[in-house]
Amino acid sequence: MSNKIPNRQAICETLMEHAKNDRDIVALCSDSRGSASMTPFFDAFPEQSVEVGIAEQDLVGIAAGLASCGKKPYAFSPASFLSTRSYEQCKVDVAYSNTNVKLIGISGGVSYGALGMSHHSAQDIAAMAAIPNMRVYLPSDRHQTKKLMEALLQDQKGAYIRVGRNTVEDVYTEENCPFEMNRATVLREGTDVLLVACGETVRPALEAAELLAGEGISCTVLDMYCVKPLDVETLLKYASSAKLIVTVEEHAPTGGLGSMVAQQIGEHCPRFVKNLSLPDAPVITGTSREVFNYYGLTAGGIAKSIKELLK
Amino acid sequence: MDNRELTIHSWDLRQDILDIVMAGGGGHIGGDMSVLAPLLLLYKRHLCVTPETVDDPNRDRFVLSKGHSMEAYYAVLCDCGFLELEDVKARFNKLGSPYIGHPHNVLPGIEMNSGSLGHGLPICVGMALAGKMDKRDYRVYTIMGDGELAEGSVWEAAMAASKFGLDNLCAVIDRNRLQISGSTEEVMPEDPLDRRWAAFGWNVLSVDGTSIDALDVAFETAKTVKGRPTVIVSNSVKGYGSPVMENKAGWHHKVPTAAEYEQIKADFLRGKEAAQHVQ
Repeated sequence: MSNKIPNRQAICETLMEHAKNDRDIVALCSDSRGSASMTPFFDAFPEQSVEVGIAEQDLVGIAAGLASCGKKPYAFSPASFLSTRSYEQCKVDVAYSNTNVKLIGISGGVSYGALGMSHHSAQDIAAMAAIPNMRVYLPSDRHQTKKLMEALLQDQKGAYIRVGRNTVEDVYTEENCPFEMNRATVLREGTDVLLVACGETVRPALEAAELLAGEGISCTVLDMYCVKPLDVETLLKYASSAKLIVTVEEHAPTGGLGSMVAQQIGEHCPRFVKNLSLPDAPVITGTSREVFNYYGLTAGGIAKSIKELLK
Repeated sequence: MDNRELTIHSWDLRQDILDIVMAGGGGHIGGDMSVLAPLLLLYKRHLCVTPETVDDPNRDRFVLSKGHSMEAYYAVLCDCGFLELEDVKARFNKLGSPYIGHPHNVLPGIEMNSGSLGHGLPICVGMALAGKMDKRDYRVYTIMGDGELAEGSVWEAAMAASKFGLDNLCAVIDRNRLQISGSTEEVMPEDPLDRRWAAFGWNVLSVDGTSIDALDVAFETAKTVKGRPTVIVSNSVKGYGSPVMENKAGWHHKVPTAAEYEQIKADFLRGKEAAQHVQ
């Protein structure tokens, strides 16, 4: 793998660039600064850093209080805990009270593969997206993560951002990372299949499209990093002419990207939608890569599923 | 308004609360009555915020963590000019009304939404931390219910406030010893409450929560304590002001009948007359 920088590190680097000139940027961790790659921030900006200990409810509540006084808090905690243990604080103190808290779910999905279901966040998209006034973003690589963070630094509303723990292959380059806030990025245009992915499934979806192209199957690939608000306009633009729509996500089958895409397709241009996801069951033990492979969320697995569906 | 006048005035607000509950056909009247004294005293004397300064970054902050005592909060906010009492009474609990049963920060003077318990103290820790970071000298207040203290998030925040030495933070516990299912000591024992908070590193002041004088001294004392937060245990009476309601868990959220309304109203008038005779 050529890239050595995980998305979480890109978040830290972006915040450090801006924190120098903006003393209102505050990072909060729940004994998670190492996992969040935020140790450099805490070392460089101790007066803009808050350690709350292993207390996720407190993490989000304190962040909301800071935000209500004009601070720009970034609250880091493993996605599994942030999206469940502090769910009510996310709902009431952030979304309902409309505070500018950026909730950073680190080690998302099955990043902690072998640690078991307690550490997996296969429900976080569904949980967070169900909250009114909560946005949900899953950037696909370090370059897009940086662009997303820079956009989020400019707004005044709460959001949930999920990133994985592991280094992932780049989708973009530093020079070529087209980004428009709340608009999906069109990675490839094709006539047969529409592939919609988010987060760490974007790269395998793109590679699957390349494999399929060699077999005469042409795919559009959308990087739907903005799961909520979903970019419905771009989705429908490509869905209306596709023979098959396939979503790929590191999430349970219910309530995630696949559900949201199917809901829009069902309402606006009904056709078959296949959701490739984790199962509605405890995820098998293994490394993140092994788990992806087991459930067919790799380039080969995605391509195989599509070929079978097109038969 | 001195303490005696404020005490007399508090009986008018008890009537306002009763009228709001009757108008909306709901509310949490028992806790309204026990929380009124510290809430009124805060807004009338200690909390530096007015309808004109609700956006001033140097204003004091308040979060009603026991958000279900909203009718008492409405009465105080109306009394202090943030809201109009007649408008509240006309629209409380009505379809589409901003006057709902818990704090709603679309209304002037309300900082944060609450309702679910155990949220206020963590939020106030964040507010107090922001004050320290920005070197502002505002103070931060919250009022919690005693039943609320069973929420773990309260103790997470209690630890954090102590760690960060938040002497600009003052929490009040409305210690009326009753919650919806009965006695707090039966539902989930809290005594020795003072020692628990002291063990978490807080300065603890335990006072008569029906006494404006005693609460006033406690709020003043809290301002002088350095290096740690203060909690005021306001030993109160659920349903305070009328024997119809006092110390009865069933009055947690009961709406008086017409006959009960008349009796409670008469009790409030007697309370006011008694306060007027105190020199």
